Amino acid sequence: MNIIYFLIQQTMFFSIPLLIVALGGMFSERSGVINIALEGIMVMGAFISIGFINVFQDRLSGQGLFLLAFLVAAVAGALFSLLHAFASVNLKADQTISGTALNMFAPAFALFMARMVQGKSQVPFTDTFHIEKVPVLGDIPVIGPMFFQNCYLSTYIGILIFIAASVLISRTRFGLRLRACGEHPQAADSVGINVYKIRYAGVLISGVLAGVGGLIFVIPTSTNFNASVAGYGFLALAVLIFGQWRTKGILGAAFFFGILKTLASAYSGIPVIKDLPIPNEIYKMLPYVVTLIVLAFSSGKSKAPKAEGIPYDKGSR
Amino acid sequence: MEQYVIEMEHITKEFGSFKANDDITLKLKKGEIHALLGENGAGKSTLMSVLFGLYQPEQGTIRMNGKPVTINNPNDANALGIGMVHQHFKLVHNFTVLESIVLGHESVKHRFLKMDEARKKVVELSERYKFKIDPDALISDITVGMQQRVEILKMLYCDNDVLIFDEPTAVLTPQEIDELMKVMKQLVSEGKSILFITHKLAEIKAVADRCTVLRKGRCIGTIDVAGASKEEMSEMMVGRKVDFVVEKKEMKPLGTALSVRDMTIRSKRTGKNVVDHVSFEVKKGEIVCIAGIDGNGQSELVYGITGLMGIDEGQVFLNGKDITKESIRRKCLDGVAHIPEDRHKHGMVLDYTLKENLILQNYYTPQFDKHGFLRFDEIDKYAEKLIERYDIRSAHGAESIARGMSGGNQQKAVIARELDRNPEIVIAVQPVRGLDVGAIEYIHRQIIAQRDAGKAVLLVSFELDEVMNVSDRILVMYEGKIVADVKPEDVTIQELGLYMAGTGKGDAAC
Repeated sequence: MNIIYFLIQQTMFFSIPLLIVALGGMFSERSGVINIALEGIMVMGAFISIGFINVFQDRLSGQGLFLLAFLVAAVAGALFSLLHAFASVNLKADQTISGTALNMFAPAFALFMARMVQGKSQVPFTDTFHIEKVPVLGDIPVIGPMFFQNCYLSTYIGILIFIAASVLISRTRFGLRLRACGEHPQAADSVGINVYKIRYAGVLISGVLAGVGGLIFVIPTSTNFNASVAGYGFLALAVLIFGQWRTKGILGAAFFFGILKTLASAYSGIPVIKDLPIPNEIYKMLPYVVTLIVLAFSSGKSKAPKAEGIPYDKGSR
Repeated sequence: MEQYVIEMEHITKEFGSFKANDDITLKLKKGEIHALLGENGAGKSTLMSVLFGLYQPEQGTIRMNGKPVTINNPNDANALGIGMVHQHFKLVHNFTVLESIVLGHESVKHRFLKMDEARKKVVELSERYKFKIDPDALISDITVGMQQRVEILKMLYCDNDVLIFDEPTAVLTPQEIDELMKVMKQLVSEGKSILFITHKLAEIKAVADRCTVLRKGRCIGTIDVAGASKEEMSEMMVGRKVDFVVEKKEMKPLGTALSVRDMTIRSKRTGKNVVDHVSFEVKKGEIVCIAGIDGNGQSELVYGITGLMGIDEGQVFLNGKDITKESIRRKCLDGVAHIPEDRHKHGMVLDYTLKENLILQNYYTPQFDKHGFLRFDEIDKYAEKLIERYDIRSAHGAESIARGMSGGNQQKAVIARELDRNPEIVIAVQPVRGLDVGAIEYIHRQIIAQRDAGKAVLLVSFELDEVMNVSDRILVMYEGKIVADVKPEDVTIQELGLYMAGTGKGDAAC
C-alpha cells in the first residue's frame, strides 16, 4: 500500500507542473499564437524565483516564502513572454522562430547570470516547503496518505488553477472572445473585438503559468536549479496537443504523462516491475517514446485552433 | 422633404494615386431596399467600408438622420445601428449559433456569461422571421443558407436599423434566395433600411426600390428600379450594351472524350461517400455542366479526375485510355486542362511573376529548358504572346507579381495557360466566380470557342444563370450523386433548384 501512496505522490509532483504549463499553452494557442517558448519561459520563471528563494531564505521560510516565490515566478514568466507577444503580435514574426529564440536565450541567460553572481551555475535552495502531513485532512484513511501527506502547496494551487482556467475559457466573456480570436480573428474583429489585445492577454497568461510551472517543477524534484527544466516545456506542449487544446483533455494527458514519468524515475522501487527482465533504460525512455507515439497517432484528427500561428493583419481578408 | 437615414455625400477615397471612390453620393431612405450595383472594382466595397468605418474618406461627409457623424471603426458603425452581412461570413466554425450571435455583445453577470436572455431573444427573432434555427447547433454543421441567417440574426440581435448585405445571394440556392428576399422585405416593412450590394440584375428587379450604379469609382446615377429595365441598368453598370444570352452555335458532338465510371471518393474524416458511384461521359464538342450547391461533391469529383485527390473506386478514361492512376503531370500531357475552383491555391503561385505563372505547366519542355537552365528569352516571348492574345492586363506586364493582379486578370492568366496547351478536355470549376460582367462574357466566349473547336468541356458551376446559358447538357449533383441529367432547353431554373435541393422528380434521375 505504501508503494501506491508513494507513486501517487510522485505522480502529483510530475503531473501538476505539466498541467499548469500546458494550460498556459492553451491560452496562448487558443488566442492564435503558437507558444513553443514554454520551455524557455519555465526556465526563466524557475531561475528568477529560485534565485529569489536563494537570496531570501535566510530571512524567510516555509509556505510564505513559497507563495512569494510563486508571485516572482509569475511576474518573471509574464515579462519574458511579453517578448514573444511583441514579436508575434506587433512584429508579425514567425511564431515558431520567436519561440525558439526564447528557448535558446533563457538557459543561456540563467547560466550566465548564475556564474556572474555566484561563480557557479547551480542555484541551490533549501526545501522548507515540503508538507509532511496536512492537518486533519492528512489523517483521513486512504485519501489522506494519497493526497495530503508528503506533498507541496503547489499541488492544490495547481488544481485551483485548473478549475479557474476551465471556467475562464468556457464561461466568461474573455474566454469566448479568446476562442474566437484563435479560430477566426476576422470574425472577432468584425464585431469590435481587439484581436491584438486578446492575443497579448493569451500570451501573458501562458507566461504567468509557465513561469510558475518552472518553479513548481524544480522544487519537489531537486535541491538546486541548473538552468534546465529537463524538456518539461516541450512535454507540456505534447500534453497540450494530446489533450486537443481542451481543459479536460489536458488534465487527462498531464496525468497520463505524469504516471509515465513516475514509472521512469521510480521503477526500481516497485517490486513487480523491478523483477521484470527489462533494462532500466526502457523505463527511462518511456515518457519520451510514448510522447512520440501518441503524437504520431493523435495529431491526425487535431482540433488545433484554426488561426494559430498566423499573424493577424487587419488589412488582409 | 424626404427622410434619409444615411446620406453619404461627395465621398472620395484614394489609395495612392488611385481613386477608388470619386465624388460618390448615396442617399438611403428610411424603410427602403437600396441596391448598389457595379462591376468588380467599381468601388462598391470601398464605399461600404467607408460607411462601416474600415476606411476614412479623403473628402465627403456622412450624415445619419440629418446629423453629421464620423465613423472611425466598426464599433462606431455598430453604435449608430449600422450592421453588415459580409460576403465571406464572419463565423467561428466551432462555436454554436448562440455563441456566434452574442460574440462581441455578451451580457455578463458576476463576470460570467449570461446566455439565458440572449437565447430568449435569439429564439424570438428566429421565430419572427421563420428562420427555424437551432441556437445550439454548431456553425460547421449547418448549411450555408443557415449560416447567412446567423449573420442576419447577429445584426438584428444588436438592434441595427441600417443593414448592409454584401453580395448575399452568391452562395444560395434559388429557393434560399427567394426566402432571403422575403426576409429582406419583412425587415424593411418593420422600418429597417437595407443597402444591398450585388451585380445580379434579376435580384434588384425583384426586391430593390432604388438603385445606385457605380462604375470605375464614379457614381453613374441613382434610379427607381420600377421604371428601369435590366438592359438599361446593365448598360449603366458596364458602360456599353451587354449580351445576356451567350451566342452559341449548334453543338456537333463527336466521340467520347472523358468518361468517368463508377467513381467513389470517401471522406477521410467522416467515412461518407462524398462522391458516390458517379458515372458520366463528356463528348468532344460538348459542354457538360455540373450544377449543384457548393459542397455536394463537385470539388472532390474534379479533384478525383484531375488527380489532386486519390479516388477509392472507379476509373477515368480520356479518349479511351485509362488515366485513373496517372500522375498529374502525365494527365496534363495527355490533355487534361484544369481551371481550378480556388485559383489562389491550385491555379497560380501568387508570389511568382505573371510570366512564371504562365509557364508553370511546361517550364520543363525543350521550348523553355536547355540543359536544366531556363530560357528566359523564350519565356518572355511566350508570355508576351499569351498576354496579348488573352488580353491579360496588369501593372508591369509579364513582370507583374500575380498577387497584385485583379481577380479577373489572374483568372485570364490561368485560362491562357491551360487553353494554350491545346487540351483534349477543359475542366473548369466556377471559372467566373467573383468576376465582373465584361470578364464573364470573355471567359464564356473562350469556353465556347474550345467546344466549337471540338474539345470537350466539363464545367462546374453553382450559378444557375451560367449553367443555363453555357451548357449543352446539365448534370445535377446532390450529396455525391448525380440526380439529374437534362438539357438546358428542357428544364427551368426552378426545376433545377429542386434537383439541387435533393427533392427533384424521381423519373429524371439516373
